[in-house]
Amino acid sequence: MMRDSLLMPALIIASVIALVAACFLGSTALPADRLLSALFGGANAGDRLVVWQIRLPRAIAAYIVGAALGISGAALQGLLRNPLAEPGVLGVSASASLMATFSLYYGIATITPWALPIAAIIGALTATAVITIAALRTQSVVTLILIGVGLSSFAGAAMSLLMNLAPNPFSLSDMINWMLGSVANRSFDEIRLAAPFILAGGLILFATRRGLSALTLGEEAASGIGLDLRRQRIATVVGAGLATGGAVALAGAIGFVGIVAPHIIRPFVGHDPARSLIPSALLSGLILVVADIFVRLIPTSSELKLGVVAALIGAPAFVWIAMQRRAGND
Amino acid sequence: MTELTVKNVSVHADKSMLVDDASFALARGEFVALLGPNGAGKTSLIRAAMGLQDVSAGQRLLGGADVTTLSPAERARQIAYLPQTRPLAWPNSVRDVVSLGRFSHGAPLGRLKGLDAEAVDRALQACGLSDLATRKTNTLSGGELARVHCARAFAAEAPLLIADEPIAALDPRQQFRILDLIKSYVDHGGGALVVLHDIQLAARYASRMIWMKDGRIVADGPPADTLTPDRLKDIYGVTARIEGTQIFIEGAV
Repeated sequence: MMRDSLLMPALIIASVIALVAACFLGSTALPADRLLSALFGGANAGDRLVVWQIRLPRAIAAYIVGAALGISGAALQGLLRNPLAEPGVLGVSASASLMATFSLYYGIATITPWALPIAAIIGALTATAVITIAALRTQSVVTLILIGVGLSSFAGAAMSLLMNLAPNPFSLSDMINWMLGSVANRSFDEIRLAAPFILAGGLILFATRRGLSALTLGEEAASGIGLDLRRQRIATVVGAGLATGGAVALAGAIGFVGIVAPHIIRPFVGHDPARSLIPSALLSGLILVVADIFVRLIPTSSELKLGVVAALIGAPAFVWIAMQRRAGND
Repeated sequence: MTELTVKNVSVHADKSMLVDDASFALARGEFVALLGPNGAGKTSLIRAAMGLQDVSAGQRLLGGADVTTLSPAERARQIAYLPQTRPLAWPNSVRDVVSLGRFSHGAPLGRLKGLDAEAVDRALQACGLSDLATRKTNTLSGGELARVHCARAFAAEAPLLIADEPIAALDPRQQFRILDLIKSYVDHGGGALVVLHDIQLAARYASRMIWMKDGRIVADGPPADTLTPDRLKDIYGVTARIEGTQIFIEGAV
């Protein structure tokens, strides 16, 4: 097994390599010398356009969306003490993308560019709060997952309703983009709108990570050793809501990433939820950037959606993790 | 002198009375056993005493201060608590779980330093876990796990300890081991309040016994004074004979 101290450097190096590779690869081949000079402001206008307006923002968008979902997944898993908790599974992403679609559909998004991320975050916070209130009443994780399924189904149904009523095929394809999740054609402007929320959520989660370690002992013993349970719940819900909402505002609903990365990271950090946050964020970002490179390279008639690819990888992993859990663990 | 004092505390849940006008004190150097049938209100009483449960009446003082005015961390530094159910969400190492006992001192898992690391080492040593420190908790037996939880509580090095049924579901040898650990904690100046269902063991270890029934404390005193056949009949509804330190429970009334 890799030593713990090598985990972070390895993830950082891999992330940088993936981001650079994402700038290399694409429909137009870009040799290394041209890529480098384009990155540092040289080269011709065409190369600079490809790198700075298309490939780099897209790669960075994929990375921070992944990081936001990864840190939210790791934190929610710590809070709910379950490896199956994740913004997508718990219906948080779907609720956020429903609200985002809503703001697009009713033209609220045209009032101010902040309307879209804020709508997505309201959706995310509402769903996270419902899950947490349910978690207070029941110790059964199965119940929580079922509530998440319910939230997802409801958001899906409301989304279908909106599609049903869609005035023209353009708004229809817009909505499908939100439901499926994609980082195609993202610009630095869109990143700038989502990044503050993702950053704020990430910082809240990071600042309150110790409480997640305490929750390893269960809620009763965690309060016994001095954890302020109420504060911890609020902080994790708000943090995960902000980060997930920001991610959805940028890329739509991308599920299951937040479940795969923490699962891989846990053994390296002694299964401590607090220590898993940052590595999970880095690994999730890495996974999405790599998945997005595949999305761009796979020669299909219409480009695959990133969220579809993420679910194709993540959903089987979810089933596998669920099957690994022994009965009586709930 | 750190002391926990509970004065005329009542706890209600919806309309039922869980604890009714209960008063007791726990001081350092005492081994107090809390006894009573299931549903007598023992857990509600100790949770209320620590301020983990809201009360409908009464006062809880810890070292002279109202527990509700203390932060969770301040309270945790004075009372270590071993709850009845002790789920472990993740397969952490034994040392990491025991390290959580230092949570209220602000120590992060995996990077304990100085006093925190020493306290954890002492607790591991005291509970005979030094050799198991790197083991994952999901590979341990029930008896080993019980000692891990004890070590976690001891690692806080709090002056008081409240343990809710720490020996339930353990074999006789492990029961003695756990109670010996708590006894040695008391001998070193700690004060322990322990919920027990084994009357024989309670009488053997405790310096005082608090007897509860239907939410009320019906007796509080040394085993010699409070442990009588009539008491067992009243509290548990069993007929019993007591010969010296031996208790023979002969059946239900």
